[in-house]
Amino acid sequence: MAGRKLPGISVPHRKHTAEKIPRRLPVPPMVCIPVSMHIGAPARPVVQVGDTVKVGQLIAEADGAMSSPVYSGVSGKVKKIDDLLMSAGQRVPAVVIETDGEQAGSGAFTAPCVSDFATFIGAVRQSGVVGLGGAGFPTAVKLDVADLSKLETIIVNGAECEPYITSDTRTMIDDAESVRGGVMLLREYMKAKDIVIAVEKNKPRCIKIFSEMFRDDGHVRVAALPAVYPQGAEKVLIYNTTGRLVPEGGLPIDIGVIVINCTTLAAIEKYIRTGTPLYEKCVTVDGSAVASPGNVIVPIGTPLRDVFAFCGGFSERPGKVLYGGPMMGIAVPDLEQTVLKNTNAVLALSAREAEPPEETACIRCGRCMARCPLRLSPAEIESAYRRNRPDELEALRVGLCMECGCCAYVCPANRHLVQTNKLSKALLRSYRAVKPAVKEESA
Amino acid sequence: MSRMIVSVSPHIRDKTTTAVIMRDVLIALFPALIAAILVFGWRSLLVTAVCVVSCMTGEWAFEKLTGRPNTVGDLSAAVTGVLLAYSLPAGIPVWQAVLGSLVAIAVVKQLFGGIGRNFANPAVTARIVMLLAFSETMTAWVIPDAVSGATPLAVLKGGDLQNLPGLLQMLLGVRGGCLGETGALALLAGGAYLLIRRVISWHTPAAFAGTVLLLTFLLGKQPVYQLMSGGLLLGAFFMATDYSTTPMTNSGRLIFGVGCGLITVLIRVWGNYPEGVSFSILMMNILTPYIARFTRQRPLGGAKL
Repeated sequence: MAGRKLPGISVPHRKHTAEKIPRRLPVPPMVCIPVSMHIGAPARPVVQVGDTVKVGQLIAEADGAMSSPVYSGVSGKVKKIDDLLMSAGQRVPAVVIETDGEQAGSGAFTAPCVSDFATFIGAVRQSGVVGLGGAGFPTAVKLDVADLSKLETIIVNGAECEPYITSDTRTMIDDAESVRGGVMLLREYMKAKDIVIAVEKNKPRCIKIFSEMFRDDGHVRVAALPAVYPQGAEKVLIYNTTGRLVPEGGLPIDIGVIVINCTTLAAIEKYIRTGTPLYEKCVTVDGSAVASPGNVIVPIGTPLRDVFAFCGGFSERPGKVLYGGPMMGIAVPDLEQTVLKNTNAVLALSAREAEPPEETACIRCGRCMARCPLRLSPAEIESAYRRNRPDELEALRVGLCMECGCCAYVCPANRHLVQTNKLSKALLRSYRAVKPAVKEESA
Repeated sequence: MSRMIVSVSPHIRDKTTTAVIMRDVLIALFPALIAAILVFGWRSLLVTAVCVVSCMTGEWAFEKLTGRPNTVGDLSAAVTGVLLAYSLPAGIPVWQAVLGSLVAIAVVKQLFGGIGRNFANPAVTARIVMLLAFSETMTAWVIPDAVSGATPLAVLKGGDLQNLPGLLQMLLGVRGGCLGETGALALLAGGAYLLIRRVISWHTPAAFAGTVLLLTFLLGKQPVYQLMSGGLLLGAFFMATDYSTTPMTNSGRLIFGVGCGLITVLIRVWGNYPEGVSFSILMMNILTPYIARFTRQRPLGGAKL
């Protein structure tokens, strides 16, 4: 194992819900399921207004390879197909279903026939599974490696380094058998010889489960990693377990590695074993404004207000509500937003905690540079961005930034460094788009 | 339904702010103030208070006049005041201390854009200005009764080495010199506090002190006394580690420290002045952007595809 580890930061763990066994949310009166919960082309709705749907029924089919099908987690009637404004700002069609509470169809699935790599990938595509760690990258695309001999290591990501979130922890405890089954599928169909289950040391129970489970398996090893944020970030995890670096603009497979989240793997196994597609999610509900935090299994498309209400509602007025953890999570504008495929937690922060701290002048302390896992120089990137110098941004390799937020977290001046890095990337993209034209003109 | 705050991640922040860092520096400087009062009397406290009040008032007034946001609360002006006071003799006239403080804050810091923008250390530069402008009072050392009538550096420069204070006196600061620079133990304790609190990294002070020790050892110039003389400890732990005016990377900080040590020894051994710490730090401040350019940390990300 690589001796040298990338820098990171100590963040408060706040894993209050690690021992909370997931409870099932009573069927909400209405769900609103957007057809784009993944990176790539939105799925195409295949139901009409007025149609009756069952649990597990396909409601939108994948539109091309870089897409993912969407299934209903409830039974009921399609009320409308709405145009939904998502938290990232894009508008996508969303299937709104009025539930009947019957949950007809659940459990009545047929397992797909998987016999080789091609049928395995086909099944993964049909399962509707996307990167459940938060990225939402279609898993079938990730696993569909052109040349399997190039694949050396598969890392099962159970690091779960974000504060609060424990849904992966619960997968590893409650669905350990599914993770085992998933590992076996990877062994059989991906011909993976080296599988690493990577877990942070603050989850000793999970480490123990897998260490015992794979004690006699020469191809599977458990990596107990220090609880240093962002241990679970793909590039960091790959470096800390294999010592390899993902090139700028490249994918892990370019260096022979695939990283798959443990809950993603369990979802694939569940589909291949039972035919149950991805239509519900276990989400951690926590945050200073939540009355009784816990883990909740909810149909995808459930409005956040129903999820919070199930957890005792709010103990105080929430100032900010997040999809995901406090380091990389996305703030949502209102509680009508719904649980998506890649939602692993919903947090409600108190108004006091949500108040953005005052931004002061950069004092050039260098903390942002010292703590960047990829050794970028956020202070210099900010300076180059403010001077509108995309050429300098290119030299500073801002494109490598994974927006983990370590720089902004430690900044004593509370500079908006992640925001500036995002803007810098956009500036660099437009510069690169224009650059060839400039060259031609001058030629 | 009340509106929710929407902002870019991260949504939690470390509690350490600029003011917390500056407060730590002030705490670290406190033992040296006790030493100064014990060695040079209550006038040390008066000079320190005058400089702190002048710096903070100067910053407030400058920002008021120029319509900039008030930054007195970040305590950086207070740190400048203490550092300037510590590099003055205890007998300095009050009006000169006030003038020096205003040069530090208004000219060296605020005219270049305020905290984080100035390229030269305000306290160091103001001290040099005062040394040139008020050379008489700036070298009128208050000598504690227990030791002979010259500063250790003057003795090292050409005097009779018999007149050097004892090592214990050096450690306690019972010697001639600027009011806050003599208490070696007090400054080391403060430096250790800053290192433990991770306000500074070890690179600059270690490189600075190490270079001075090594060179003066090779030149046969009493390395241990050199280390504890003049403003070396104050400079190495508190001035050469100033964020705005020194490199941000550890490799840059090593180069900065070695440069400071080298220039200090050159001035002390061959220059006209007995002391060279302030000059060395100012010189290296000027070189900082170039050091930064050549010591930028290399991003990890393999070759670009």
